Amino acid sequence: MAAREESPFARVARDFATSPVAVAGLVLITIIVLLAVFASLIAPQNPYDLAQLDIMDGRLPPGSLSGDGLTFWLGTDDQGRDMLSGILYGLRISLIVGAGSALFAGIVGTSLGLTAAYVGGKVEAAIMRLVDLQLSFPAILVALMILAALGKGVINVMLALVIVEWASYARTARGAALSERAREYIEAAENLALPRWRVVFKHLLPNCLPPLIVIGTIQVARAIALEATLSFLGLGVPITEPSLGLLIANGYQYMLSGKYWISFYPGIALLITIMAINLVGDQLRDVLNPRLQK
Amino acid sequence: MALWLIRRLVQAGFVMLAMSLIVFIGLHMIGNPIDILISPEADQAERARAIAALGFDKPLWQQYAYFLQGALHGDLGRSFVFNEPALRLILQRMPATLELAVTAVLMSVLVGLPLGLFAGLYPHSFAGRTVMAGSILGFSLPGFWVGLMLIMVFAVGLGWLPSSGRGTTAELFGVQWSFLTKDGLRHLIMPALNLSLFNISLVLRLARAGVRETMPLDYIRFARAKGLSPQRVVFVHVLRNILIPVVTVVGLELGSTIAFSVVTESVFAWPGMGKLIIDSINVLDRPVIVAYLMIIVALFVTINLVVDLLYTALDPRVRLGGRA
Repeated sequence: MAAREESPFARVARDFATSPVAVAGLVLITIIVLLAVFASLIAPQNPYDLAQLDIMDGRLPPGSLSGDGLTFWLGTDDQGRDMLSGILYGLRISLIVGAGSALFAGIVGTSLGLTAAYVGGKVEAAIMRLVDLQLSFPAILVALMILAALGKGVINVMLALVIVEWASYARTARGAALSERAREYIEAAENLALPRWRVVFKHLLPNCLPPLIVIGTIQVARAIALEATLSFLGLGVPITEPSLGLLIANGYQYMLSGKYWISFYPGIALLITIMAINLVGDQLRDVLNPRLQK
Repeated sequence: MALWLIRRLVQAGFVMLAMSLIVFIGLHMIGNPIDILISPEADQAERARAIAALGFDKPLWQQYAYFLQGALHGDLGRSFVFNEPALRLILQRMPATLELAVTAVLMSVLVGLPLGLFAGLYPHSFAGRTVMAGSILGFSLPGFWVGLMLIMVFAVGLGWLPSSGRGTTAELFGVQWSFLTKDGLRHLIMPALNLSLFNISLVLRLARAGVRETMPLDYIRFARAKGLSPQRVVFVHVLRNILIPVVTVVGLELGSTIAFSVVTESVFAWPGMGKLIIDSINVLDRPVIVAYLMIIVALFVTINLVVDLLYTALDPRVRLGGRA
């Protein structure tokens, strides 16, 4: 009796569910994304609306009451902004920058990696030399220099992160494509005289995806952490669009006087986000790694 | 081999040239450092004099040409802010950064290795699992935030350690060092721990994996069968074999530790070259930014070169130059 055909997605989902920690991570990510998307509905206050802020509420400890009866569960910052609302809105910017740059870097890096593997020759040598060069410098340094030359801004940070991250995708994509290229289905597609782009993107790419998904997950976490670090250093997002990193930086000067909550809670939000993504990434690596499959 | 070396150096030269050009054009487009350097009350004549003194009256390509000319003679320009040679400014602050980075790397071995050994020998114990869970935390925690929390707990809360600066320094070989005085050591400990957190996790995981791979091997079994004490088996036979990958990785990480000290130095106001570059970027002090760039590229090219050479020495299967 033939076994029921199981779709690849169903198999991955089933294997993924074997780790309760990873499932918890996935649930956490879902909650975090929902919180960020619906921040304007959930947050008790719009932290950008100056009419809603009262400077008299500045630097209140967690649990304090505002003048008009609102409870600041996580305290307020120096502008009298509710930290909980600030974190929800900041999460939004951190996630957009992190996921957005990882996605763009994935597109750029994967295209270049596949091109290198498929075309070969001088093109491959040039692309891979660039990859080696890029990877021989630490991400933070490259991002720092790019932002020194470009200046602050959400788009600039994303650009810097894309430049920092594309190389790991390119290397992974090339590696996967080189081993897939030798397979018969590629030969078959080539013999059908399909156009090159079609062979690469319709036949080669889908089979190279598993390792790229794993890299992509981890790169999202890396991008979020790097953006937070750059914003903390004052080189990332502008003050008008505060991410979690900038919120933490704002609390830095008040820390020495014991007002910990301005930096503490945004950091916790950042930590939970990065950790949840890492947990999912770890499990995906185990599930999607063909060498570990039974 | 010589060809390989020359190619690497030429490549490094190209990187420096390209990066300096990008920084020149980029900073020119972001803003005018004159606005930051001159007080708003300065009159027109004073302003013009300052602009001429810094060379801003010339077109950008000419400024760049001057810079290149100077760079070939080892002169990377004068800082707009400090009015001192940029190169000297950076070199003055380099020992502080190196001191921090080297201490952090040492700390990662001294803390990470014993923990990794323990987690590898008792992988199923509660403590072993806790250590592993802690290492995941070490990878996920944003470094700068941990630094802030360390300050909050040990400086603000408990008042045990100072929160910023290098403390009292003492001279050795004509350079000021913090680790030579008791006060300096107290200042050094938190920043170094902060900087080493990531590497501790890394060393810990490597050591644990190494122990778990080595323990079932025949030579370990034989050493045990011979009746050697468990301590001797672990500390002589196992340790010696897991040290090779640990040392390699730690060496490789020295470069990124120096790079990442930019963050730690900003948190703890550690007066190294990382803090200098952040301050310089904020005031558009172009000579310092470009000079830092040159030095850091040179530093990394050297580190990568040494690592590659060490690899060939350690593993003869690796051949430099490859197919090219």
